[in-house]
Amino acid sequence: MLDLVWLIPALPLAGFICILLFGRKLGDPKAGYFATAMVGASFLVTVGVFADMMSKTAEERSHLRTLFQWIPVGSLKVDLALLADPLSITMCLFVTGIGTLIHLYAVGYMHGDSKFSKFFLYLNLFAFSMLMLVLGSNMLVTFLGWEGVGTCSYLLIAFWHQKDSAATAGKKAFITNRVGDWGFMMAMFFAFWAVGSLDYSVINHSLLSTSTATAIALFCFIGACGKSAQLPLYLWLPDAMEGPTPVSALIHAATMVTAGVYLMCRISPVLEIASNYAGWIIAIIGAATAFYAATIAVAQNDIKKVLAYSTVSQLGYMFLAVGSGAYTAALFHMITHAFFKALLFLGAGSVIHGMHHEQDMRRMGALRKLMPITAITFIIGWLAIAGVPPFAGFWSKDEILLFAYDKSPILWFVGLVTALLTAYYMTRQVIMVFYGKARWNDAHEEHGAHGDTEPHESPWMMVTPLMVLAVLSIVGGAINLPFSHTTERLVTWLEPVVVVRESTTAKLPLAIIAIVVGLVGIGLAIIVYAKHRVKAIEPQILADAWGYDRAVSNFMGGPGRQAFDGLAWADGHVVDGAVNGTGALVRSIAGKVRKLQTGNVRTYAAAIGAGVVLLLMWFVVVRGIL
Amino acid sequence: MIAAIATPTTTWYLLLGAVLFSIGVIGVMVRRNPLILFMCVELMLNAVNLTFVALARRFGDIGGQSTVFFVMVVAAAEVVVGLGIVVAILRRKPHATTDDMAELKG
Repeated sequence: MLDLVWLIPALPLAGFICILLFGRKLGDPKAGYFATAMVGASFLVTVGVFADMMSKTAEERSHLRTLFQWIPVGSLKVDLALLADPLSITMCLFVTGIGTLIHLYAVGYMHGDSKFSKFFLYLNLFAFSMLMLVLGSNMLVTFLGWEGVGTCSYLLIAFWHQKDSAATAGKKAFITNRVGDWGFMMAMFFAFWAVGSLDYSVINHSLLSTSTATAIALFCFIGACGKSAQLPLYLWLPDAMEGPTPVSALIHAATMVTAGVYLMCRISPVLEIASNYAGWIIAIIGAATAFYAATIAVAQNDIKKVLAYSTVSQLGYMFLAVGSGAYTAALFHMITHAFFKALLFLGAGSVIHGMHHEQDMRRMGALRKLMPITAITFIIGWLAIAGVPPFAGFWSKDEILLFAYDKSPILWFVGLVTALLTAYYMTRQVIMVFYGKARWNDAHEEHGAHGDTEPHESPWMMVTPLMVLAVLSIVGGAINLPFSHTTERLVTWLEPVVVVRESTTAKLPLAIIAIVVGLVGIGLAIIVYAKHRVKAIEPQILADAWGYDRAVSNFMGGPGRQAFDGLAWADGHVVDGAVNGTGALVRSIAGKVRKLQTGNVRTYAAAIGAGVVLLLMWFVVVRGIL
Repeated sequence: MIAAIATPTTTWYLLLGAVLFSIGVIGVMVRRNPLILFMCVELMLNAVNLTFVALARRFGDIGGQSTVFFVMVVAAAEVVVGLGIVVAILRRKPHATTDDMAELKG
């Protein structure tokens, strides 16, 4: 079964090709079901590979499957090879599993869209690219998938490109990611320069010098910052919400944005060799992003923007874990986050669908009676992300906070404040959407007569994934319970491939503090938004994301633009001027010299005669021959 | 004494060749009729032939005489092509001079 690992990415690729050829003929909704079936089949193969891997001993679990030699140039030999090991299969399991659910959901969500089959074309291509990213046995195959998911992300954010904002958001994501890609490429160059290979097995097991390892780790982290939306490159993720909601759930919450975390875990042995400050940089940026994004989420009114900033914040947690050396905790949180954030996004999508494409939470309220299943599942997701035991998010967040405390109590404190804010803004969202007064009618009166505006529950293919993900969000923590070594299944499972560290801090007091803080956050939000005892604090600066976005726009639109205009002027006048000047000079000289060609035969004859005489003179007089 | 003076030496032939060659060169540079031009070129060729033969006889070297055959063969071929071109030009433009044919000037 391990040999069949190539089938995992091949099935979505086959789906992509079939929809490319016959998508229009299949149409709505058959193309969607077909795409779902392909990713579902891929999930089944992954489960098979996983089961096979489980039956082997820990040492035999890594399996390299070389498909063909890709680039054999001199000393650079790169194979298109897939590496099936506990880490990549874990990633594959949740990528294909959640991918299948979201594909199914999208069949309902995208129903009636004029580009229905094209949507699933991109989704299948995304699944293929993501699986290549995860399964690649060397950095270049990973980079291939990395760029593939970036392209799909661009295509899907700008899916409704007739909307200006969507087209702009797509471009923004694409360009911001280029900055990160530069880091990834630099890391590859460094790795190749240091060990002469791009294979993870070689890079991770060679004796790198501390400085080289630091360079590789930090450049990889720049790449990860771009893909996983960390400061200062997080800008594109909130805007990416212009895409259809299933895309936000699949790409911008559950899978693609975790690619950066995956990469850091993949090269965890390199990170261990790297200088101490590399870990500190990663941990500080992670903690700063987590806190920063959480403060912004407090003041957002768009149902998806809240979740987007929440995603940035949770990814910050994962990098905090990576920087603290807790790679398994990062992966654990990545998995549970994939469950509950996909659930929350799909729930939000269900609400938007039911509200006839209304996204402003100020125009919602009291939806729990009209959309019972969405409301219940959303509330489960809320409890999971807020860190209420025994839901999944509690276990993974607690694990990260534990290791952050080992690293530094200050990082732990920042993480704790973030947890408080997380519980606060998620409670705010739940109250604004599902409780309180129904406000959708006043909203639509402003728009003028809109006919039947009663929100409705979504169809079965949208609700089923919600229920499955809700169950996973409840029990997801069970894969890694901190009670004893045997219940830490994820850690044991990942031990052969990822560096595992033991924590020395007492777990129980920290866990109790975390629970209390989470409950305080929930309580505060209830006092403010449900009971209206205290006026809500939503300063404009938070709604504007601390003005960072605008500062970047202003800089790039003002001084930055002028600098680039100056550069363009220099290019047009200095560089082009030198090139064109040389050309013009040659032309003008040639224009004068060509006058010598008079076309008069007798002039030529005279020139030949004079030349002969001069040559003879030279021979006779100067050289003295004869 | 007179007979001795009257006996032509190699120098006479060389001088004659030089004079003929110079007439040819001046003719090419001064005249404008293509046919005359052509004849001047022939004159130069044959002046060279004359010096070849004279010097071959003077030094008793057969190489000079055999070179003349090559020159004559090449000259014959050249005449065929050159006369053909001249005739073609004059057919198109009667009374054309070489100065009229300057279409390829820079």
